[in-house]
Amino acid sequence: MRRLLLGISAVALALWALLVGGAPAMAADTTIGGVIKSDQEAVPGVTVNVSDETGFVENAISDEKGRWRVVVPQAGTYTVLIETDTLPPGVSLRDPDRTSVEVTVGEGQTKSVLFPTGDAPVSSTSKLDQALQLTVDGFIFGLTIALAAVGLSLIFGTTGLTNFSHGELVTFGSLMAYFFSAIMGLPFIVAAAAAVFAGGLFGFLQDRFFWRWLRKRGTALIAMLVVSIGLGIFLRYFYLFIFGGNTRQYAEYSGQAGLVLGPIVVTPKALVGAIVAVVFLAATVAWLRFTRMGKASRAIADNPALASASGIDVNRVISIIWAAGAGLAALAGVIYSLSNGVSWISGFGLLLLIFAGVTLGGLGTAIGAIVGSIIVGTMIQLSTLLIPSELKNVGALAVLIIILMIRPQGILGRSERVG
Amino acid sequence: MDWSNVFSQALTQGIGIQAVIFCLAAIGLNVQFGYTGLLNFGQSGFLAVAAYGLGVSIAYAGWSLWVGLLVGIAAAVLLALLLGIPTLRLRADYLAIVTIAAAEILRLTFRSVTFDPIFGGSDGINRFADDFYRYNPYSGPVKIGPADFSQNDMWIVTIGWILVVILSIIVFLLMRSPWGRVIKAIREDEDAVRSLGKSVYSYKLQALIIGGVMGCFGGFIAAIALQSIQPDYYSTDLTFFAYAVLILGGAARVLGPIVGSVVFWFLLVLIDGALANAVSSGAIDFIRNDQVGQIRYWILGISLMLLMIYRPQGILGDKKELSLDAR
Repeated sequence: MRRLLLGISAVALALWALLVGGAPAMAADTTIGGVIKSDQEAVPGVTVNVSDETGFVENAISDEKGRWRVVVPQAGTYTVLIETDTLPPGVSLRDPDRTSVEVTVGEGQTKSVLFPTGDAPVSSTSKLDQALQLTVDGFIFGLTIALAAVGLSLIFGTTGLTNFSHGELVTFGSLMAYFFSAIMGLPFIVAAAAAVFAGGLFGFLQDRFFWRWLRKRGTALIAMLVVSIGLGIFLRYFYLFIFGGNTRQYAEYSGQAGLVLGPIVVTPKALVGAIVAVVFLAATVAWLRFTRMGKASRAIADNPALASASGIDVNRVISIIWAAGAGLAALAGVIYSLSNGVSWISGFGLLLLIFAGVTLGGLGTAIGAIVGSIIVGTMIQLSTLLIPSELKNVGALAVLIIILMIRPQGILGRSERVG
Repeated sequence: MDWSNVFSQALTQGIGIQAVIFCLAAIGLNVQFGYTGLLNFGQSGFLAVAAYGLGVSIAYAGWSLWVGLLVGIAAAVLLALLLGIPTLRLRADYLAIVTIAAAEILRLTFRSVTFDPIFGGSDGINRFADDFYRYNPYSGPVKIGPADFSQNDMWIVTIGWILVVILSIIVFLLMRSPWGRVIKAIREDEDAVRSLGKSVYSYKLQALIIGGVMGCFGGFIAAIALQSIQPDYYSTDLTFFAYAVLILGGAARVLGPIVGSVVFWFLLVLIDGALANAVSSGAIDFIRNDQVGQIRYWILGISLMLLMIYRPQGILGDKKELSLDAR
């Protein structure tokens, strides 16, 4: 009991101190703003009118980057109106009737309001180019999932724990990177490295003071699974408490133009993220294959009692696996948030896709998890060719169920009876 | 600080709509998880298909309430078959992953713009249950001790608790029948049961279907009581609230879900109310008003952890009967 409370409160206090302590730096104006663009080109000189019922009225004119911003006196609901006659010739709203929007903004928050212009996007590219683009996007997304999936798979392999709070390790990484870069003011690269390190430390401490203690108590695996769900829920809403419900962007690299490589467009940050992911995944696989520690972890996955009898310090190996797995998950969080923004729920959103990847590849094998995740990522993106993109995760999860029907051990799993 | 108001609110909720909904969901889980040892993490999906089956039948197809209920039950049976057939031969955690994935699939589908004409997108389906309230025998608000119910709430709560009693009796009779003994034996040692020539697979599938159908009544009550079916109500959190209720009361006990849901909702609303009061009166200043609602999820998370570690048998359970482990 004492230990559990100690563990939870230590983590809680640390997070609290880090994020609340830094909060005054963020106490900013309450603003409403947005960017007006037409075909990726900024539209300057458009007048936007912000008003509320108490009589507050202010105009803003978009600058040369298409940005406009109004500082409002307090939190509340405002009406934002775009004056369509100030739009340059040839530019019109996509929905001509949507000239005004009601928005609610909280104290100190920034609310963005978008007025999409032009016709609804009709792709001029061919189906083949689209498929190529989606394959690349999906492959990169799959690499991100793979980073998180490897850790989940290793932890499952060595301890038997199906960790439903793994998504919160991913979120931890992206939150930490935000903390180090936006609040501490470190350059993003340094912040990302610090976030990965903090993630690893978080995982190590979680195992050392919580999971190891549960294993020692002889808590059954299913009970531990439910405990991980409880931990996940607690952490998730703790993040929400501290970080708030908004999605925020890292200050650096936020609006990056895409590199055009033949028929496909990739942002440099996504490319760099993918390369980093490949390097770390390769290093993990090499570590598992060739080092003593890696071999020891595979031995434990195979038979913990025998491994322990042959002189392997099982607890130490598991601690290292936890630290490495959590660090990789944090890295996944940083790379994911670089393109998708930082939010309290991002890791939980990925969790089921991570599970899909791990299960597809075969529960408990690291290489299987990587291959499975890349397939899941690619498939999710490619499926948008056929189904509406809001349903793309539905397709992925449905395929997970179908795979389990046909080949329950996964594509790379050993074919053994699993039930 | 108005303590008597907080207390009567907590009592109202402790025997009110939320308690009934989660009690029904937990009775279903009890059959699956408590007695059979199946890790169904998609109970929210069963409630969702029931609620949407009812809502779509009435609001979209224009059928009567009774047909709607039958459609909801049929949908729950179908979902159980879909989930169970591929996964019940596999280890327990596969069922867990597949059921949680299926519940998310359902939620995402129900809230999608693509199916907006049928399921109503993220707004859901609203005001479809007037038929139900036409039969309301209560003619005004009802007070039970310090608890306070409006006329309509009292009607749905009455029906809800009657359902709880009926289903609990069914569970009691089932579990002392030969069928129930096989089910419990599967939880204890699946291989032993198999070696006795029982088809473990079909027993598990039956338990999944029965538990799903029992849980789906929770979906009906939720849909009718709120006169509204919102896709995000049926998120995975709902499933885990039901688990917390079941484990708190005591899994594998007929009265477990009832005791669990009453105690859980009473405490939850009491803590919620007390916190909200303390915050608005300025006694606690590090929590904002809009953050009070998040605290209940902390309570959910921490209570799941503590219960599982220190008292997996809950209030009523017998630790010997509940040796949960991976199979």
